[in-house]
Amino acid sequence: MLEVTGITKRFGGLTAVADASLEVRDGEITALIGPNGAGKTTLFGIIAGFIPADRGSVRFLGEEILGIAPHLLARRGLVRTFQIVQPFAGLSVRENIAVGCQLRELSRAAALREAEEVSRRVGMGDLIERPVGALTIAGRKRLELARALATRPRLLLLDEVMAGLNPREIADMVPLIRAIRGSGVTLLLTEHVMPAVMSLAERVYVLNDGHVIAEGKPAEIVADARVVEAYLGHGAADRLARHQISGGAHA
Amino acid sequence: MRTPGLLVLLVLVALAPLPLLVHSDFWLHFAIMTLYFGLLGQAWNLLGGYGGQRSFGHAAFFGTGAYAAAVLQVDFGVNPWACLVLAGLFGAAAGAVVGALSFRYGLRGSYFALVTLAFAEVFRIVADTVPFTGAGVGFQIPLKQAVANFQFHDKPGFYAVILALTALATALAWWIENSRFGAELVAVRENEDAARALGIDVNRTKLWAIVLSGALSGFAGSFYAQYFLYLDPRIAYGVEVSVTALLVPLIGGVGTVFGPLIGAVALRALNEVSGVITGGAPGLNLMLYGALLIVILAFVPDGLVSLGARLRASRPLGKLGHA
Repeated sequence: MLEVTGITKRFGGLTAVADASLEVRDGEITALIGPNGAGKTTLFGIIAGFIPADRGSVRFLGEEILGIAPHLLARRGLVRTFQIVQPFAGLSVRENIAVGCQLRELSRAAALREAEEVSRRVGMGDLIERPVGALTIAGRKRLELARALATRPRLLLLDEVMAGLNPREIADMVPLIRAIRGSGVTLLLTEHVMPAVMSLAERVYVLNDGHVIAEGKPAEIVADARVVEAYLGHGAADRLARHQISGGAHA
Repeated sequence: MRTPGLLVLLVLVALAPLPLLVHSDFWLHFAIMTLYFGLLGQAWNLLGGYGGQRSFGHAAFFGTGAYAAAVLQVDFGVNPWACLVLAGLFGAAAGAVVGALSFRYGLRGSYFALVTLAFAEVFRIVADTVPFTGAGVGFQIPLKQAVANFQFHDKPGFYAVILALTALATALAWWIENSRFGAELVAVRENEDAARALGIDVNRTKLWAIVLSGALSGFAGSFYAQYFLYLDPRIAYGVEVSVTALLVPLIGGVGTVFGPLIGAVALRALNEVSGVITGGAPGLNLMLYGALLIVILAFVPDGLVSLGARLRASRPLGKLGHA
C-alpha cells in the first residue's frame, strides 16, 4: 500500500531523516518506533505531504505521491493525525468530526449526522455536543482519531496517539485501533508506548538518528541489540546480556 | 451556535415596511446608513469573522466597486443597475487579486492585515494620479433622478435597494453557517494544518471567502456612489471605510449572522451622537469609534450579540439565587 524508499531530509546542518525506507502492507498495522528526536514525526510529515523531502520516493497505491499537497492525499485516502492534537478549538465534538465527514459527504446535514456514528465508533458518543475545550487529553486524542476516521481513509497515519495517556486510557485505545484495522483500514503508527506497539503491530521499523536501524516482527525487534542500544545507550546491549547471564530473572 | 433560518427571514421581512411607518428623512437616512454599514460589516465578517482572515483594507474592494460603478456609467454609458452588478464583479476581482497574492505566500494574522492595508493605500495613490478617476478633484455622477438610473428622488427607493443588498449579505452569512463551504471556512479559521490534513484546500477556501467578501464590498461601493453621487480617492480608498468595515462586526459580534447588523446600529447611533458633540468635525467620529471599541473589547469581547446569550445564561442562576 505504501512504499517509502530512500527518504532524506535535512534542516540546515541537521539530517532529520537519512535514506529511510519502509513498507506498509495492505491491511496490516505497521509501527515506526525510535527514541525522541529520531525523525519519526518528520518522516510522517513527509509521507503525508506536509514537509517536502530532499531525496527519495514515496509510493501510495502504486503511484508516486511525493510533492502532492496534503489535502489531495487526504482525498486519495491517506490521512494523518498529529502528535500534538490540533482540534478546531472553537467548535463542538460533532462539528469537529463533521469536517472529516465532509470530505466524502457533500450535504452538511448528513455530515453532522454521520459524525454521531463516527463518535460512537471511537467511544465518545456521549461527548458529541461538548465543546472541544471541555475534553481531557484522552478525549482530544480520540477526537483526533475520530476526525481522521471520518474521512474514510484507506491508510491512516497515527502520530503517537497514546502519548500523554495513562495506562487505563492506553488499555482503552489498543482495542480501538485494532477495531479500526478490522474495519479494513491499513495503519502506520509512531509510538513510544512499547507494550502497545508489541501487542498491535505486525511489523516494526526502528528509526534512530534518522536511519532505519532495524525492521521485523515485534518479538525480533526487542531482541535486536542495535535497538536496545539506540534506546539505552552504547554498550547497553552487552551489559544487559551479561546481567541476564548472571542474574537470570529478567526477561 | 447556529442561527435559525426562520429568525433571519423574519428580521429581514420585518425591516421591509419601515419607510411606510417612518416618514422623517432624518430617520430614513439613519436607517439607510445603518443598513449600508451592515452590508460593509457583513462583507468583512464573511472573510474576517467566519474565515479568520482579518483585513485592514476592505476599502480596496469597496473603492474598486465604487469607481467601477461611477466610471462605467458616466464615461461608458453603462446602465447604473448593470453597474451595480459589475461593481460586485470588480470588487470580487480585487478580492481575488489581493487574496491570491497574500494566501499564496501564506500571510496570516497581522501580516495579512498589513498587506490589505497596503493594497488599499496603493489603490488610493493610484486613484489620486490616474485621470479617469478625476484624481484629486473627485468624480461626480450627474444628477439624473430616475428609477431606471438607480437614482431615486426620495429615500424609500434607496432604502429598498440597500435593504435588498444587506439581506443578500445576511442570507450569505446564514448560508455560511449551514453549508459545507462554511464549515470548511470555519475549520480553516480554527486550524489550518488540521483542515489540510482532512482534505480541505485551505488556499482555495480562503480565496472564495475573499472573493465573496470583495463582491459584497463592491455592492456597498456602488450603492455609496449612487446615494452620494460623488467619489474621491480618500472616500473610496481611505482608511475610514476599512475601519468601518471591521469595527461593525467587532462591535456587534464577529462570526455571527446578526453581529454586523447590531454593530451597524450601534456605530451609526454613535456617529449621530458624535456629530452633535463635535459639531460635525470630520475625523473626530473615528476617535469615538476607537473609544467604543476599547469598551467593547474590555467588557463584551464577543460583541453586543453575545449580550443576549449572556442574559439568558445568567437567568437560571438568578432564579437559583432567589430560591
